[in-house]
Amino acid sequence: MTLGTWLALVVALVAAAEAVRALRQRGLRSERWRRFFRQRTTSWGLGILTFLVIVALAAPLIAPFDPNKQLDIIRLKNYPPSWTFLLGTDYLSRDLWSRVVYGARVSLGIGALGALMAVSLGTLVGAVAGYYQRWIDAVLMRGVDVGLALPRIFILLMAVALWDGLPFAALVITIGLTSWFGTSRLVRAEVLSLRQRDFVVAAHALGADTRRVIFRHVLPNAAAPIIVSAALGVGNVLLLEASLSFLGIGIKPPGASWGNMIADGAPSIYTAPWSTLFPGLAISLVVMSLNAVADGVRDALDPREEPA
Amino acid sequence: MTAAWLLRRLVASVAIIFAVVTFVFILIHLAPGRPCAQGGGGEYVDQIQCNRLIAQFGLDKPIPEQYWLYLIALAHGNLGYSFSLHRPVRDAIADTIPFTLQLAGAALALDFLLGLALGIYQAVRVNRLPDIVIGNVTLFIYSLPTFWLALLLLLIFGEKLRWFPVGGPNNPVLCPLVDSLYCVADRLWHLVLPAATLGMVGAAGTARFQRAAMLEVATQDFVRTARAKGVPERRVVLQHQLRNALLSFITRFGLAFPFLLTGAVLIETIYAWPGMGRLAFDAILSRDYPLVTATALTASVVVVAGNLLADILVGIADPRLRVRADADAQVLTA
Repeated sequence: MTLGTWLALVVALVAAAEAVRALRQRGLRSERWRRFFRQRTTSWGLGILTFLVIVALAAPLIAPFDPNKQLDIIRLKNYPPSWTFLLGTDYLSRDLWSRVVYGARVSLGIGALGALMAVSLGTLVGAVAGYYQRWIDAVLMRGVDVGLALPRIFILLMAVALWDGLPFAALVITIGLTSWFGTSRLVRAEVLSLRQRDFVVAAHALGADTRRVIFRHVLPNAAAPIIVSAALGVGNVLLLEASLSFLGIGIKPPGASWGNMIADGAPSIYTAPWSTLFPGLAISLVVMSLNAVADGVRDALDPREEPA
Repeated sequence: MTAAWLLRRLVASVAIIFAVVTFVFILIHLAPGRPCAQGGGGEYVDQIQCNRLIAQFGLDKPIPEQYWLYLIALAHGNLGYSFSLHRPVRDAIADTIPFTLQLAGAALALDFLLGLALGIYQAVRVNRLPDIVIGNVTLFIYSLPTFWLALLLLLIFGEKLRWFPVGGPNNPVLCPLVDSLYCVADRLWHLVLPAATLGMVGAAGTARFQRAAMLEVATQDFVRTARAKGVPERRVVLQHQLRNALLSFITRFGLAFPFLLTGAVLIETIYAWPGMGRLAFDAILSRDYPLVTATALTASVVVVAGNLLADILVGIADPRLRVRADADAQVLTA
């Protein structure tokens, strides 16, 4: 670690903390935001996520070494954490901290893109099924029943293992295509209850066309479950990618993702536990933050759960 | 809950499973790579021999015909013959299912007993110190990747402390078969780490879920009425709150099956547990078509059966829901 990388790291930390603090300050004015920040874990989660996103974006500044470079395969193999190698090195003498930093790009990227795709698809299908009902609903929901009964990990394993070496985009699409079934059921249930409400009937009476009613009136009011399932979705997709990479069929080496870093470290876990420990810790941190933020969103948008 | 409802659900379930089999069949046959080609299955096989084997297993026929033949065999209860294991698929699956069931059973028991207890305790002490501490711990454990937790537990309890074995279902020398009390204990001892890995993550999720369910019920009128008419607090919590909060818990029970199955692929690989997850993974890697389809079939049967069972149990437990076709729409809103 050089002085520059330390400096960049500190800047990233401060920036993340400041961003959350500013948001809190602003949020104190509205009831909704106050409820969002009621749990301390939500602020922490938001801060950790902001920090990691900054780290992923500014990876070249924060990583002291080339993540894929084998520094010295003889002397620096499985080197324990030190001031030079903050998290130690792995079995190929690559700097773990640099790999974790660059891995954040891949892992967070797959998580965000995969979840975005899954949630958009699920929202679309759920809204269409819930709004039009009748045969469209029947056909779509039977499809979702099948999708939920598919052993998802088997399908992913098959898709990824059989089409050997899927590129990043294909991996995102495959994960996105197999992850939207739950969301679509949620959205459908919400839309079913919303379309009976007076304001939707009124919008129709005023002559709004169906697309406008769905996108301007129904979906914004179904935001709570959609946002929550998006936040949880990012974590789930990230875990899924990590599982696939751990089984050796996700992100191809030498590129670093947190999942394949765990796979790389696993054989030498007894002698060099750090190379397995830290990437896993990074995954847990992100998923935990996302869960905490999802809890906050639920508190903010869904007052039903308020204890007496 | 009428007989007609049950019949309709059963037909729907069979249709779903049929669709899953069809989907998997198409997917695996569309994928590149042949069962005996070099690189695909592992060892090199002579091309002439390979072609002969392909013809012998009927893999040179057009895919629609293969699909039709597969369905006919399936209707006769014949799952086919595994290329990679050189034995009937049914035997291979029958051998691994007990292991998966033992693992899933132990994990489920830990998941629900611990999760329920923690969730109820948290709801009783809501927003006080125990609730906050347990809430943060369950949030943390719930977020751990299962395969990473498995490695961690292996490192601590298997290697460093040496309390538990590092893998395998039994002691291969003393207990190749479970035929004595000692060997039952041996199996349980080997089961601790894998089951704890799956069960802990599940229990954390269950506790979070149960706490929310209890609190949702806590604000309802019948709970306030019970308190107002002087029902002891213990009875309010256990009889009025818990009984109603358990309804959504039952649907969760049905949904837990797929989690245990998908988690099992990784956990079984790490702990060298010879269950169905590992069988499926190996089958996919060796392009063993009949075995892949059969494991997917088994998995989807478990998922569908879990949902059906949960719906039936909810129907029995909740008089308001006796017949409601829309009941499954609620499953995932919880």
